[in-house]
Amino acid sequence: MKEKKSISNTIWTIVLAIAAVLWMYPIFMILMNSVKKESAISTAAAFSLPGADSFAGLANYVDAIASKGFLSSLGFSFLITVTSVIAILLFCSMCAWYVTRVNSIISKMLYYMFVFSMVVPFQMVMFTLSQTADRLKLNTPYNIWIIYLGFGAGLAVFMFCGFVKSIPVEVEEAAMIDGCNPLQTFFLIDLHILKPTMISVGILEAMWVWNDYLLPTLVLDIKKYKTIPMLIQYFRGSYGKVEMGPMMACIMLTVIPIIIVYLAGQKYIIKGVAAGAVKG
Amino acid sequence: MEKALKRYAPIFVLPTFAAFVIGFIWPFVQGLYLSFCKFTTVDNASWVGISNYIAAIKDASFTSSFKFTVFFAVVSILSINIIAFMLATLLTQKLKGTNVFRTVFFMPNLIGGIVLGYIWQILINCLLSIIGQPILALNSTAGYWGLIILMCWQQIGYMMIIYIAGLQNVSDDLIEAAAIDGAGGWDVLWRIKIPMVMSSITICVFLTLTNSFKLFDQNLALTGGEPSHSTEMIALNIYQTFYARSGMQWKGYGQAKAVIFCVIVILISLIQLNATRSKEVQQ
Repeated sequence: MKEKKSISNTIWTIVLAIAAVLWMYPIFMILMNSVKKESAISTAAAFSLPGADSFAGLANYVDAIASKGFLSSLGFSFLITVTSVIAILLFCSMCAWYVTRVNSIISKMLYYMFVFSMVVPFQMVMFTLSQTADRLKLNTPYNIWIIYLGFGAGLAVFMFCGFVKSIPVEVEEAAMIDGCNPLQTFFLIDLHILKPTMISVGILEAMWVWNDYLLPTLVLDIKKYKTIPMLIQYFRGSYGKVEMGPMMACIMLTVIPIIIVYLAGQKYIIKGVAAGAVKG
Repeated sequence: MEKALKRYAPIFVLPTFAAFVIGFIWPFVQGLYLSFCKFTTVDNASWVGISNYIAAIKDASFTSSFKFTVFFAVVSILSINIIAFMLATLLTQKLKGTNVFRTVFFMPNLIGGIVLGYIWQILINCLLSIIGQPILALNSTAGYWGLIILMCWQQIGYMMIIYIAGLQNVSDDLIEAAAIDGAGGWDVLWRIKIPMVMSSITICVFLTLTNSFKLFDQNLALTGGEPSHSTEMIALNIYQTFYARSGMQWKGYGQAKAVIFCVIVILISLIQLNATRSKEVQQ
């Protein structure tokens, strides 16, 4: 019995190992093509390894960074993601605390509106939202976080509410009796208890903002500011011949930092996803 | 405490609420209103009643994109959830290298839709040209299956993590007790594991359902709706109605389509939540 089990386990491990290699192949394929010369990249030859005469070294990467504006896009994406996530974490946790602790009709209504906004597809508001953003001058990478705070509030408040409910009120009451005002109570007590949730929400929102394409495309002026997804789409959409080499280099340059961040923080990311789903 | 807290309401609630009004409530209400109007910007709207809705329903591209989305959603929900559940079961068996596999399978989820779309476009086009088939831009069957494969690649890892978390909560005692009572592996799966992880199934089906219906980036990047709108999903169809056509009437049609889309998504998610919630067991 035990022997049989260990044999079947070995077989499954081998099957999974093959699946895992196949799983990674698409990324490997892009890596392979990103170091080929422009003339050697074709639809039919995407699977072949670069040979001595088609190997271009890092030329495509240099081109992507030097002349295709990759660095500025990276900067804008980074700026937008960091400001949006900080704003969402700070303001939504405060809002969620209030909504959970104050038992009034207004806070209930607010809560249900936040939940409702999670289900509504972006297309419903995309046109009016982009016009509102233009009118309020929220159309630069420096203040687009306000839009992200508004549109991302639903998920964040919902998740924070779920966790605030599990914090015993007695702790907060004790702090207040000791002379804390609500602000102090929140920042000195609850913020620390909420730390694991902060990580979960932060990861989910960061993944969304970093990869978001449609919202920044509609809100930002594409001639001045391009985030990374916008840059890659712009590459493909521009008239004339698409330069495949630099584009693949761009894709790799986008994917590599994600992989590094993921490998460094995978413990938190996987836990965050699991915890977020359980409460969601 | 509540009283003290209420005095601080502006500090706690106002920032989020103000942004929520700008980013959601106001655009939503305005969008609802504009779906009954003819307009090119929000300033030149003129009331036209329900004619936008009639035009939207009569629009053949809208109904065909709706059908395409439904076919896509059904197949992708089934395949993602079944494969993710199988992987999760395997990865909770204490196999060698479990952590590595989990890391690898989850990774594509972090890559954005646009980038994923292009990676797979290159890969699938190469595959198609090797077997002598027309490339994606001319091949709607390949476009459909390409989207399914792409969604599987992206979402399986995420759902797998949720299922693993669910399966880890099923206590070994329960499974042992069942084994002593003579339950085989299959019985344990159907009568214990699946009922016990029903809440994970609810979440995963809900997530895959809304993700498939709202799919936009991947659709735009992989096929762009080609050939001739046959692989266009609802979200992309609405986008094209708004931004790819000129003329007074189109934005109104687009907004009406968006409202219909919104109602459909809300209804489907409510029905789904009720259906799977009712099968959950209290623990």
